Amino acid sequence: MTVVESSAVDLSSWPPERLRQMLFDMVQARRNSERFFALQRQGRAGTSAPITGQEATVVGAAHALDPTTDWVVPQYREQVALARFGEEVLATHCLYNRGHPAGSAYPEHVRVFPAQISLAAQIPQALGLAWGMQLRKEQGVAAVFFGDGSSSEGDFYEAGNFAGVLKAPLIMMLVNNQWAISTPTSKQTAAATFADKAKAFGIPGIRVDGNDVIAVHDVVAEARIRALAGDGPTLIEAFTFRMGYHTTADDPSRYVPEDQAREWAERDPIPRFTARLMDEGVWTEADSTEALRRADETFDRLFAAAEANSPMPDAFFNHVFVDPPQRLLDQRHAFNEGRQQ
Amino acid sequence: MTMVEAIRTTLQKEMARDDRMIMLGQDIGLNGGVFRATDGLQAEFGAHRVVDTPLAEAVIVGTSVGLAAAGMIPVPEIQFSPFAWQAWHQIAGQVARLRQRSQGRLGMPITIRMPFGGGVRAPELHQESIVAQLANVPGLKIVCPASAADARGLLASSIRDPDPVIFLEPLRGYRMIKGEVPDGDHLVPLGVANLVVPGNDVVVITWSAQVEVARKAAALVAAETGATIAVLDLRCLVPLDVAAIAAIVDQCGRAVVVDEAPLTSSFAAEVIATIQEECFYSLEAPVARVTGYDTPFPTGLLEDGFVPDVDRVARALRRTLDARP
Repeated sequence: MTVVESSAVDLSSWPPERLRQMLFDMVQARRNSERFFALQRQGRAGTSAPITGQEATVVGAAHALDPTTDWVVPQYREQVALARFGEEVLATHCLYNRGHPAGSAYPEHVRVFPAQISLAAQIPQALGLAWGMQLRKEQGVAAVFFGDGSSSEGDFYEAGNFAGVLKAPLIMMLVNNQWAISTPTSKQTAAATFADKAKAFGIPGIRVDGNDVIAVHDVVAEARIRALAGDGPTLIEAFTFRMGYHTTADDPSRYVPEDQAREWAERDPIPRFTARLMDEGVWTEADSTEALRRADETFDRLFAAAEANSPMPDAFFNHVFVDPPQRLLDQRHAFNEGRQQ
Repeated sequence: MTMVEAIRTTLQKEMARDDRMIMLGQDIGLNGGVFRATDGLQAEFGAHRVVDTPLAEAVIVGTSVGLAAAGMIPVPEIQFSPFAWQAWHQIAGQVARLRQRSQGRLGMPITIRMPFGGGVRAPELHQESIVAQLANVPGLKIVCPASAADARGLLASSIRDPDPVIFLEPLRGYRMIKGEVPDGDHLVPLGVANLVVPGNDVVVITWSAQVEVARKAAALVAAETGATIAVLDLRCLVPLDVAAIAAIVDQCGRAVVVDEAPLTSSFAAEVIATIQEECFYSLEAPVARVTGYDTPFPTGLLEDGFVPDVDRVARALRRTLDARP
C-alpha cells in the first residue's frame, strides 16, 4: 500500500485555467448540495445526499478522467460534483431529486452510469464495463465510486477479486468519509486501512488525502495510465470526511463526536484549495463570490427546467421491456381508464 | 438429440452468429460445464468469449450488466438455480431494472441460463424451482423449454431478445428429454404457449420437465375414462400466453395446473388466478393444482415424494373430471 500526501505538490506546471476549473467545480458541487437540501426542506425536492466535505475526492478524480472515453459509475452522492462530465449530469440529477423517472437517464454521450442505491452493486457493473471496453479494444477506463460502508458488501470483494484476475481497466474509488450513516469505520473493518484490502485482490492499493484535490487527481491519473497500459485495476482509498448529513433525512449530531467534526472542518477541502490557488496568484476573493453566483445561476436554470418537467402519470409503465407483454399493456390501459373515471 | 445437446449446439450457433456474445460462468470453459452444455465452446471461440469465472454469482451477473452496457451480449450461467440467491440483488435489483432506470438507454440483452428442478438426487440447494420469485420481478422474461426443439428455438430467441431472460433448463431433462431438432435458424417466439396434446374434457397446464409427466398422466387417465385430455405447455411464464390459457380452459371447462415449486405463492397460483379472471363462467369444476409442498426441497431419498409425478397428476385429473356442482 502506498500513502500519498500532497502538500509538496508543485502546481507550476498546471495551466491556471485547469486549476480554476477544479476549484469552481468544488464550489459548485457544495452549492448544489446546499440548494437540494433547502429545496427538500421546502418540499420541492426529495431526499438527497450532500457532498459537503468530499468535493476534492470526486472533482479530483473526475478531472483525471477523459469524459469522451471513460465511464464514471457513481453511487448516489457524486452526481452534484460531476460537472466535468457535462452540465447534463446536474440537469438529470435535478430530475432525480424531484422523483422524476428520467432522473438517471443521462443522454447517450454522457458516460455516467445511473445512480446506485443498492450499495456496492455498482462495482461488479463497473468491472463489466471496464472488461467490455477491454474486449472491444476501446481505450477507456471505468471509475467506480463507493464508500467505506459499501466495502463491507460482498460485491466489493467479488468485483475486486475478479478485476485483479481480468486485469481490467478499472479504478475503484473507495471514498472513506469515516461514517456509513452512523457506523464508524472501526465497526466496518479491523484492517488498518481500506487500501490494504487491495493486497487480497493482487492489485495496487493507494491511500490518498481525499481532501487534497491535486493529490486525488494525480493518483487517479496514474491509475488510469496503468489501466490503459493493460496493467490492471487500482484500489484508491480517498481518506476524507463527510462534513454534512448522510442525507436530508439524517441528523449526524446524534453520532459524530463534536471534536471530530471540528477537527475536520479545519481540513475543509474548499478553503484549503482556495488558499492554495490564492497563494499561486490564480484566484481572488472576488472569484469565490463569482463562483457562487455562477453556481446558483446554473442551478436555478436547471432546477426550473426540472420543475417544469412533469412525467405523465402512467410513465412508470415505460421502459420495462422493449416490447411489453400484452398483460402489461392491459394493466396500463386499465390504469388509465381508472384515472379517467 | 438430447436437450443438453440442443442447448450446446444453439449456444454454438449463436456465438458464431454474433461476435458480441460472451458466455461466463463457473466451469463452463475448460470443463465444458458440469452438464456439458458448453462442451467444446471454449476451444472453438476462445477463453475471452467462453470465460471461466471465480466462484462468485453476484459478480457473474453484475459484470454481465456492465458488459451489456459496453455493447456485449452476455449469456451468463448460474450453475444451479438456487445459487442464484447469491446473485439475487443483481438479478432482481439491477438486471431487471436498468432499462427503466436509464429510460431505455441501457438495455440489458442478457440471458441468464440456469438448470432447475428435481429428479436427479442432487445435494441440497441444487434443484428447487424458484420461478415464482423470478416471475414476481418486473422486467425479466422467464423461459422454460420442455422439448429439445423448443430448447433450441426458445434459447435462440432469448439470446436475441433485447431484454433480460432467465432461461431455465430442467436438470433431469438434460439427457432424458430427446427429440428432433430443426436444423438451421430455428426460432420459437417468447410468450406463445404450445398445445402439445389437444383435448376437450380437461387440460393440464404446466411447463418444463412437468410437460412429460403431464402427457403420461393424461394418456393414463384418458385410457381409463375415455375422456380427451389436453396438455398445454406454457413455454414462457413471462410473457404469459393468457389467450392460449383462456382458449383451452374455455374449451375444456376443467383444468389442472402442475408446478414443481412449493404450493403457497407458486406460479400455479398465478395461472389459476388468471383462469378465474378469464374463464370463470366456463368452469365446471374447481381448478386443481399439483405442486411440491410447503417444506424445503427434501434430500435425495425423499425427493420423489415432493416432485409432482404421474400418479399425483393422474389423481388430480380423475378428481377434476369427477367433480360435479
